[in-house]
Amino acid sequence: MNQNLRRVVHNLPARFLLLLLLILSRPVLAVSPEDLKPLLSKSSWGQLEAVITSLAEEGSDSCQQILEHWLNGKLFVEKQHKRLVFAEKTPDKQYRIFDPFFTEGESKDTVSELGTVKKRALKKVRINNQLRSIIKTALATWDLKDSDPKTRINAIYASLKTLDSKTLSTLRNMRASEENQAVINALDMALALNLFQQGSISEQIEAVEVLTGSDNPFIRSVLADTLTTTENTALAQTITTALAEIDQRQQYYTVAENIFFGLSLGSVLLLSAIGLAITFGVMGVINMAHGEMMMLGAYTTFVIQSVFPELIDQSLFIAIPLAFLVAGAAGVLIERLVIRHLYGRPLETLLATFGISLILQQAVRTIFSPLNQEVATPGWMSGSWVINEALSLTWNRLYIVGFSLLVFMVLLLVMRYTRFGLNIRAVTQNRAMASSMGIPTGRVDALTFGLGSGIAGVAGVALSQLTNVGPNLGQNYIIDSFMVVVFGGVGNLWGTLVAAMGLGVVNKFLEPWVGAVVAKILVLVFIILFIQKRPRGLFALKGRAVEG
Amino acid sequence: MTKGFQQGFLTRLLLEDRAGKLLLSSVMAITVVVVLLNTLMPEGSPLHVSNYTVTLLGKYLCYGLLALALDLVWGYCGILSLGHGAFFALGGYAMGMYLMRQIGDRGVYGNPELPDFMVFLNWQELPWYWYGFDSFAVALVMVALVPGLLAFLFGWLAFRSRVTGVYLSIITQALTYALMLLFFQNDFGFGGNNGLTDFKDLLGFSLQSDRTRVVLLMASALALVLGYLVCRWLVSSRYGRVLMAVRDAESRVRFMGYRVEHYKLVAFTLSAVLAGIAGALYVPQVGIINPGEFSPINSIELVVWVAVGGRGTLYGAVIGAVVVNYGKTWFTGVMPDAWLFALGALFVITTLWLPKGLVGLYQQIVGVINEHRDQRNNRKTELVDHG
Repeated sequence: MNQNLRRVVHNLPARFLLLLLLILSRPVLAVSPEDLKPLLSKSSWGQLEAVITSLAEEGSDSCQQILEHWLNGKLFVEKQHKRLVFAEKTPDKQYRIFDPFFTEGESKDTVSELGTVKKRALKKVRINNQLRSIIKTALATWDLKDSDPKTRINAIYASLKTLDSKTLSTLRNMRASEENQAVINALDMALALNLFQQGSISEQIEAVEVLTGSDNPFIRSVLADTLTTTENTALAQTITTALAEIDQRQQYYTVAENIFFGLSLGSVLLLSAIGLAITFGVMGVINMAHGEMMMLGAYTTFVIQSVFPELIDQSLFIAIPLAFLVAGAAGVLIERLVIRHLYGRPLETLLATFGISLILQQAVRTIFSPLNQEVATPGWMSGSWVINEALSLTWNRLYIVGFSLLVFMVLLLVMRYTRFGLNIRAVTQNRAMASSMGIPTGRVDALTFGLGSGIAGVAGVALSQLTNVGPNLGQNYIIDSFMVVVFGGVGNLWGTLVAAMGLGVVNKFLEPWVGAVVAKILVLVFIILFIQKRPRGLFALKGRAVEG
Repeated sequence: MTKGFQQGFLTRLLLEDRAGKLLLSSVMAITVVVVLLNTLMPEGSPLHVSNYTVTLLGKYLCYGLLALALDLVWGYCGILSLGHGAFFALGGYAMGMYLMRQIGDRGVYGNPELPDFMVFLNWQELPWYWYGFDSFAVALVMVALVPGLLAFLFGWLAFRSRVTGVYLSIITQALTYALMLLFFQNDFGFGGNNGLTDFKDLLGFSLQSDRTRVVLLMASALALVLGYLVCRWLVSSRYGRVLMAVRDAESRVRFMGYRVEHYKLVAFTLSAVLAGIAGALYVPQVGIINPGEFSPINSIELVVWVAVGGRGTLYGAVIGAVVVNYGKTWFTGVMPDAWLFALGALFVITTLWLPKGLVGLYQQIVGVINEHRDQRNNRKTELVDHG
């Protein structure tokens, strides 16, 4: 119908006419209205199934729309006009209804609205689980024609379990015209699988050669099943080698995945420990409120997102500098008011800063709520980077690995190449000498503590994307952070990097063996024992600086 | 003759310790008064002391013993342990296991062999580490042995390799954190999240009955008094003087030929045993022990009790524990949200302005008053002289 109608559509009166037509009569589909009739009245499941088949055969975008809405429970019959509509609930409990038929080639979003009706005027088209799965299979054929190669590949793999002659001919046609190499590979796998399931022994052996390159779990299971049933030794041998090769590749992926998870955990540890490496490592202040500085950063993100709800995608870029300022200012304040009086008494600093952490936690509980807050993830951070069937890495973790390294590098550069960094190092190495050279030691102390706290705040922004943002956020990380700094060697930023990444990777490799919690306990015990052996950490500072 | 010796010994021990004498006599006096008022006065009489108060006081005394244990290592040996809550909790778990076994078949599932949570987890038989806890004597030994052994091993490793100061504090904190994670595990065999609870009776006496509560209070008071005397005896002995020397100048003591780590190890282990006993007395009174007791924050709070009271005095620690916990009870009753503010402020104020705690503050005030009096007296004498 649509091709013919399109020509008329371009002038407005005709458009009006079309609308009238749509309302007054059933539109003319390639699927005859007769076919859709079962939807309008009470009909058996079998009849409904037939409708799905005819819609799938028709293959137009309209049909896809109808099936999708049907699957999502949005396909209704308007009782008054006895016609099919899509309906959407409005906040005031009414339903906006739309015309399901649109002109081929026009965007799916331009479906025309037909008005608003009460719930009584509508009747939902029936569905059950069996129909749902039939619809899902039918919808997959549309995915095969999708413009995005990823969707095509997924559709091909999804079709593996139900390779019938019709799907096969579609796939063969696709293979002839397909240009994307990745899609061609996927198609080859599917065709090889068919050959393997249907062909003669020699064809099967040939197919196995191709299938060896696949990481699809279904293909592997088909191969494994055949291995147990086949009586042909040559085939069995080929399959055995193929399986060994697949399994070995899988093992590599598992290792790669573990390393990635480990690095991602390590970068979280690095982010949370790096600020502490400044306050504890460089200044020697046991800052138990460090975790709460991260909490401040995370809550800054939350506040930014609540104030500018339309800027979720940009929120992190605003939150990062702001969190640095908020936490940094809090740090300077704490240093000036409390810590300044406690230099040279590390155990007292520990207690005082712990008190501050309690006050900050309770302040957040009072101001916001004791419950966790919802922090949204920007669109560009969600999803994952699919390397192949077996290996995919989530974007948010990848970004955090990159971000932690960036923060680390920036900090390293600041410490090495700026006046401020020089002052920090001078004051930590020899306070009296630095002071007599005209360095304002008091101000440097305050700013150093501010720097460490500010970095903790930035870490908090990153953590808000990974964990729950609540009053206890800081507490959960404080012990880990101390462990990392002590393990790496106090006063050594590189040590902190190595320790964080090392502990992260070790933790993730232990996890599959003993479980997450026991892995953590083992790591803690390991550090406790390690400190006995090397009380000053992996990379201890040597020489005079240690004594001071 | 033995009695005479003991009296002489006690008198000598407390001769120099006026505040200690005062503390011990008031602990005993308050306990006796509370016990009498609770048992003799009829309910409804204005002089009647409720069961709630009896249990609360018992709880405070357990905390006092725990604070005493920490003060022994922190105040006299300079070891700031941020993991003493772990020893307390271990003692508590040992007692809890005995109490669990006493439930017998009165649990929800009515299984005479297994505690409820094991039935719930589908365990078929009692794990080996639960053997023997049917006997009260074994449980008592375990109350002291488990925390003591852990402290001994931990201390032996740490002190031998000269882990001191902040590093030691951080690894003790890691220790209690690791234990907390471990005890939270359901399949570890100690009730997981929920811990051990629903206790019925102790040595055949129902834990719900008033008399058992009174007896537990008296036991707590007795334990506190004995613990105090042991600690006082220890710190006023020759050993105690070396201990304090270690606190003040560890290297110097080592150079003089003392095995510093042995001195530290004895104090640390004894302190852990005392903490374990405190935990064992605490559990039957509150009726539950769960992994939350291991949480690092509990151990740090304990440090603040000692700091508030005044460390390095023994009696200060007990006073601090009672004062801070009374404050906690009061705040959680009147304005629960403000408690953490108050506790946090307490940390900051104590470290900044009250390095010697309440005891130090009292001494300072007394000192100022005495000075005034002396000055006035001097002026008077001067006047007399001139007159």
